[in-house]
Amino acid sequence: MAVTQLVGAKIHRREDPRLITGHGHYIDDFARQGTAYAAFVRSPHAHARIKRIDVTDASKAPGVVGVYTARDFKGQLAGTHPAAPAFVADKKYIPERFPIAEKEVCYQGEIVAVVLADTKGQASDAANMIQVDYAELPAVMDLEKALEDGSPKAHEGGPDNVCWDLTYTGPEVTEAAFQEADTVVKQRILQNRLAPVPMEPRGVMAEYEGFDKKLTIWMSSQNPHFIRLFVSGAMGLKESQVRVISPDVGGGFGSKISPYPEDYLVPSLSRIADRPVKWIETRTESIQNATHGRGQFYDVEVAAKKDGTLLGMRVTQFLDVGAYCGTFSAFQACACLMAGGAYKWKGISARTIGILTNRVPTDPYRGAGRPEATHLVERMVDLVAGELKMDPVDIRKKNFIQPGDFPYTQNFGLVVDSGDYEKSLDVALKLAGYDELRKKQAEGRKQGKYIGIGLSTWIELCGFGPSAATAPATGGIALVESAQVRVVPTGSVLVYTGTHAHGQGHETTFSQIVADQLGIPIENIEIRHGDTAEGTSFGYGTYGSRSLAVGGVAVSKAVGKVIDKGKKLAAHMLEAAEEDVVYENGSFHVKGSPDKAKAFGEVAFASYGMSLPEGMEQGLEAVAYFDPPNLVWPFGAHIAMVEVDAETGDAQLQKYVAVDDCGNIINPMIVDGQIHGGVAQAIAQALYEEVVYDNETGQLKTGTLLDYNIPGMGEIPIMELDHTVTPSPTNDLGVKGIGEAGTIAASAAVINAVCDALSPLGIKHVDMPASPDRLWKQMKEARQ
Amino acid sequence: MKQKVATSVNGRRHEHEVEPRLLLVHYLRDNLGLTGTHIGCDTSQCGACTILVDGKAVKSCTMFALQAEGKDLTTIEGMARDGQLHPIQQAFWDEHGLQCGYCTPGFIMAAAYLLSQNPNPTEDEIRKGLEGNLCRCTGYVNIIKAVQTAAKTMSGTQAKKTTVAAGGS
Repeated sequence: MAVTQLVGAKIHRREDPRLITGHGHYIDDFARQGTAYAAFVRSPHAHARIKRIDVTDASKAPGVVGVYTARDFKGQLAGTHPAAPAFVADKKYIPERFPIAEKEVCYQGEIVAVVLADTKGQASDAANMIQVDYAELPAVMDLEKALEDGSPKAHEGGPDNVCWDLTYTGPEVTEAAFQEADTVVKQRILQNRLAPVPMEPRGVMAEYEGFDKKLTIWMSSQNPHFIRLFVSGAMGLKESQVRVISPDVGGGFGSKISPYPEDYLVPSLSRIADRPVKWIETRTESIQNATHGRGQFYDVEVAAKKDGTLLGMRVTQFLDVGAYCGTFSAFQACACLMAGGAYKWKGISARTIGILTNRVPTDPYRGAGRPEATHLVERMVDLVAGELKMDPVDIRKKNFIQPGDFPYTQNFGLVVDSGDYEKSLDVALKLAGYDELRKKQAEGRKQGKYIGIGLSTWIELCGFGPSAATAPATGGIALVESAQVRVVPTGSVLVYTGTHAHGQGHETTFSQIVADQLGIPIENIEIRHGDTAEGTSFGYGTYGSRSLAVGGVAVSKAVGKVIDKGKKLAAHMLEAAEEDVVYENGSFHVKGSPDKAKAFGEVAFASYGMSLPEGMEQGLEAVAYFDPPNLVWPFGAHIAMVEVDAETGDAQLQKYVAVDDCGNIINPMIVDGQIHGGVAQAIAQALYEEVVYDNETGQLKTGTLLDYNIPGMGEIPIMELDHTVTPSPTNDLGVKGIGEAGTIAASAAVINAVCDALSPLGIKHVDMPASPDRLWKQMKEARQ
Repeated sequence: MKQKVATSVNGRRHEHEVEPRLLLVHYLRDNLGLTGTHIGCDTSQCGACTILVDGKAVKSCTMFALQAEGKDLTTIEGMARDGQLHPIQQAFWDEHGLQCGYCTPGFIMAAAYLLSQNPNPTEDEIRKGLEGNLCRCTGYVNIIKAVQTAAKTMSGTQAKKTTVAAGGS
């Protein structure tokens, strides 16, 4: 045991003092001497041919350094936007994408020109003087029409609009299940397109030093090492010549994983203009250009027996890829593989179709594929329950994968590591007072109130991931994680991790792990991340709830290596056999003789001195990579109670209970915070948010926070949380990810509650966002 | 075309020649280097740039720098005094009222104004008082708790201790 037991304790966050006093460093807080500012000219059309760009006036405007169009970058940047295989190895059509359009623009916001000027104001003034003549083309906006023969194409030269079309399992695997069925329930389920909206928009600053051929990029990124890889390749630089620094990141939610056109153009402009260049995204640019999430619909059929036994599911995912295939766009197809949820099925048939349109590309947004899977299966289970007049609790319990079934190989061959779904549901039912809620609902209904209760017994897969699965998915680089632990001579410890936090508190939780393992004060530990010039040669970034379950374990492994070396040295210093030395409470001592000891600091100092054991090199540091044997599988049960106003259709959350199981917990305060935020984003999807484009013209109608309705303080209820703890058997810390859980779980609970509330009107299904407008119309129709 | 603006920011006098179109938030960040005040939108929705102008919460993107002539401004950098966190800052830390931290300075300043007007707000009054600020990380749950805790500390009653400051404090 360590002197202090920090793992599992509510430790104050170590990053907070700088953030609450205004001393954080976000991308826009950085400046370099002699910086020029970039302003981009973007297409106002969803789809058009570029006829002519006139930069005459702009070039002469005050302070302008230069005006650049596609041809200026032709010798500067090579290649096309990376599109990883992810869950669809063979894609039909990936349109070429250069960071700046030359002949054709394919979504509103696509870059056509850029101005560099001495000040931000001058750059933006001059950008407004650029005249672009366009010939408008028809915009592909409707997913079903986009698949019809003779449909206009999202790209003029493209074969059609099918980016991918993959059948994972054909109808034959569910034939028996559907034949055996007493009832078959069908539903089309929409997944509204969402904008991630981190409170800090993106930003890039780059300084190319021509003499040394060295490039430094400062940017707000979840994923600095991958940016280094992509940008160095495109610019013809060695990866080792490029340094990417991602400082404090003001939220990401998936929108800061993939490379963007500006990530290439700003460094390239620095090379062209031979001075530092900076660009900070405006909110409108962000909503218009940062990748969106969801934007799908599903056709689902479920076969069940009359006793509620689920038999088979057939699901087709129609996914709006947008104008170009996003780097991890096809990750979202994991919704198909996760469609079975927490239940046992005889068969699941699944097909995913990725469809090109003239909207901004979609890519992972918090949960990415797993919220969609939860939503569809939890909705379908409720529809079956409704059909069979069963309580939603009973049908779930009847079909859960049981604790004794783990490790459980599900329908697509994925191995679910552990779980106890009934237990988390029982805890949630008790916490919510489920029977009481049902009584309240019955009383309310007598008074004409539309009160509903909704469940979501969610599961997910996260912690990407095992090399065997992830190397093929990225096109070669396995999404393992690295860590370096460096003990400096006076015994304080630097820990470098290849993950990178954007609000998750890694500086705190990773320190807790190291402090316990080394038995030293947390103040002696510093966690460093986000700078590719520091630490290991490659880091894999933060997304897919992977940081603790992969990165935290790598840190722990590296600490283990440091202790192992320390033991060898301590044994030498104590003139004892290595196998007799143990490490406890921050000191090495001979087994059974606690007095014969060397403190961690003494051994650290000695490691930089002389008289080391034969063959031992100086120093006390280690690098470790962790290649997890499996993904991790968190789960839980959420319960929402909603009242829908009979007159206005306004759905108000009356209660929200979340019981989640992420295995062992390092810092419960941070875990709860992740759940709060995740649930809030799912409530946002369920009730408030939707990116809306005009269906004919492709004009974005929700381009500011006036129109894109992210919830404020009045919209999110206080949540009641609890946990069950089912440690993951696949890593030494027994941990699972929790960053996306709330978002994966909650939309289904909220919408199931809304549907339950409106069931007296005969309404069975409601799509998202369940806005007053949508519900009012649906209620009005139902009453007629 | 530049014009003179003289203000007091966090108790210090400043005088600059600025363009008339310069927004106050840009003046604070670019001219004074006070980068704790953040910009999160273009339309005055998010409140990340909230500061106090003569004691009132103002979104500093809604004012020109010139309009601050003669005003007394407080930004997040002026909240801690003599190395002591302001009780609202302490409460945000204690209650995990922030994650990425980008919206936090704005929330702290808006909360400071709210508590100056209403030292013991109900949960509803906190929700209404801070509706001009957006957060994407916390779901607001712990921000509400932080404001409640700060209210208790500032009104002299003992704030409930919910966390153990074992590290980093």
